[in-house]
Amino acid sequence: MLLALKKVGEVQKMLNEKDKVFQNLHGFHEPFIEGALKRGSWSNTKEILSKDQNDIIELVKSSQLRGRGGAGFSTGLKWSFMPKNTGKQHYLVVNADESEPGTCKDREIIRNDPHTLVEGCLIASYAIQATKCYIYIRGEYHHEYVQLEKAIEEAYEQGFIGKNACGSGFDFDLYVHRGAGAYICGEETALLESLEGKKGQPRLKPPFPAGVGLYGMPTTINNVESIAVVPTILRRGPDWFKSIGAENNTGTKIFCISGNVNKPCTIEEEMGIPLKELVEKYCDGVEGGWDNLKAIVPGGSSTPMLPKNICESVLMNFDDLKANGSGLGTAGVIVVNKNNDIAEVIERFAHFYKHESCGQCTPCREGTGWMHRMMQRLVRGEISPEQIELLENVTKQVEGHTICALGDAAAWPIQGLIKNFKSELISKYNKKLKAS
Amino acid sequence: MSGNHPGLSNNFSRSGEKFSWSKDNLRSIKNIISKYPKGREQSAVMPLLYLAQEQNNNWISIECIETIAETLNMPKIRVTEVASFYSMYNTRPVGENLVQICRTSPCWLRGSNKITETICKETKCEINDTSDDNKFTVVEVECLGACSNGPMIQINNDFFEDLDEESTKKIIDNIKEGKPNVIGSQKGRRSSENA
Repeated sequence: MLLALKKVGEVQKMLNEKDKVFQNLHGFHEPFIEGALKRGSWSNTKEILSKDQNDIIELVKSSQLRGRGGAGFSTGLKWSFMPKNTGKQHYLVVNADESEPGTCKDREIIRNDPHTLVEGCLIASYAIQATKCYIYIRGEYHHEYVQLEKAIEEAYEQGFIGKNACGSGFDFDLYVHRGAGAYICGEETALLESLEGKKGQPRLKPPFPAGVGLYGMPTTINNVESIAVVPTILRRGPDWFKSIGAENNTGTKIFCISGNVNKPCTIEEEMGIPLKELVEKYCDGVEGGWDNLKAIVPGGSSTPMLPKNICESVLMNFDDLKANGSGLGTAGVIVVNKNNDIAEVIERFAHFYKHESCGQCTPCREGTGWMHRMMQRLVRGEISPEQIELLENVTKQVEGHTICALGDAAAWPIQGLIKNFKSELISKYNKKLKAS
Repeated sequence: MSGNHPGLSNNFSRSGEKFSWSKDNLRSIKNIISKYPKGREQSAVMPLLYLAQEQNNNWISIECIETIAETLNMPKIRVTEVASFYSMYNTRPVGENLVQICRTSPCWLRGSNKITETICKETKCEINDTSDDNKFTVVEVECLGACSNGPMIQINNDFFEDLDEESTKKIIDNIKEGKPNVIGSQKGRRSSENA
């Protein structure tokens, strides 16, 4: 179905306050049980849990909620892949290993509105017949971990989770597991390995986690934001969620804007808000004005950058960004202005991926190091047009040739740089050549 | 490899003293292991490494690894593997304050280089060094996940955000003088709202 694309310049209304899922995103109110109850969490959870499990999955499916962790796969559909009545222990694992450069949304949910997540865990687990759920939180988020543990303790005390959760007859246990500083554990099967007490190295798929996941049991892995919006979707109905955004790109979304803007921030807005509006309205514009804009990385470090002319009109949703050669990813928007060397931005990403490669697949282990060294030379203007082509060629040999997507993620930003700024990179080389 | 900070690298060493769990930690361990299914005690290796690190002045010695292996009935090499894979386990002694400076693009675009300079100057440490008085160890790290509040650093468990050179110096000064620091935004933001 075609997107109902909004035209640029068309007056876009700000997302209505009452349509925000996260009423305490910035922590101005009480984050714990008292505040959560006021915000409507846990208000009719028992009623929700009285629905048939398949009905819940159907409702989430019909809301067209797409996973908020980067890939944008339908959350309801993912749940439906879980086998039914196997007699085995099923698990829900929540991925709170937020480490994609540019992304800091789950952090705000966890520290300021943790009960949305805890309640979401209960409902999602019920839907996939999982009586146990682990939340895997990145190790650096120590304070967030403390906040989350406190919220879980409160939920146990209130009888919301634990034996006979919310009086529904469903027994449910929720645990938090801390990571320890490895980006790769945000890859779902590496996360499972880590949770099993091993090095976080991704598994070959198939088998997929829905069949053989944590401890060999059927497992669903979801991002924090995907899980935390579920209670509100079920409370207000899939039609409400669908009324926000566009077909197949529904609902609200948390955007994190960083880099060269006057006021970097994290905000919840309608899915599909124009990128320019996000920057101008919420971040008080680009440092040095819109005309000083060089490029924007729209969805976390892995997504290819967009040049200024595309930033003028692109909408922040899955399909429009894809159509423009990039992706929504985690919606971590990184703004780069003309005062900075765009090549060095990407060189730093290359350093990141080199550091975070788990070392399992040769193209990634060797490729990320090689690409980073080339990027360092590129920043210094030391690689020739032929070598730039070689670099591009190598990124394509890494892409798609590794067990997990880290290889792709390392390749895309470099491809985006070369695609958009090749002539600039070449003139950098020529200038250096002249100078020597 | 994902591994450690370049300077806190994988050469494990002995502290020369036996490492045995404190009473409190023995209680915590029981609790931690109960979170995982029977027969899957290995899952507790990461939390136990944290506990050991906390008890052992913020680093993991070979003695710590031996004790964890014994507690969880795991081969020592499996514990060593995990300890060396994840960057938050310090495999050599660090100063009282482990200062981690985010160097990734979002923080860099907002001036993380100047923050690094300031910290190195104020702590009299090079990157990956520990100061003579053992008060500070300074390292550069990859994205810490507070991008809307960059540039930022982490000192032990605390994030310090929205930094500039002046506020960074103040934080280091306060630590030197034993004064408390305000954690989070140094520009008076509550979290990452647009203000």
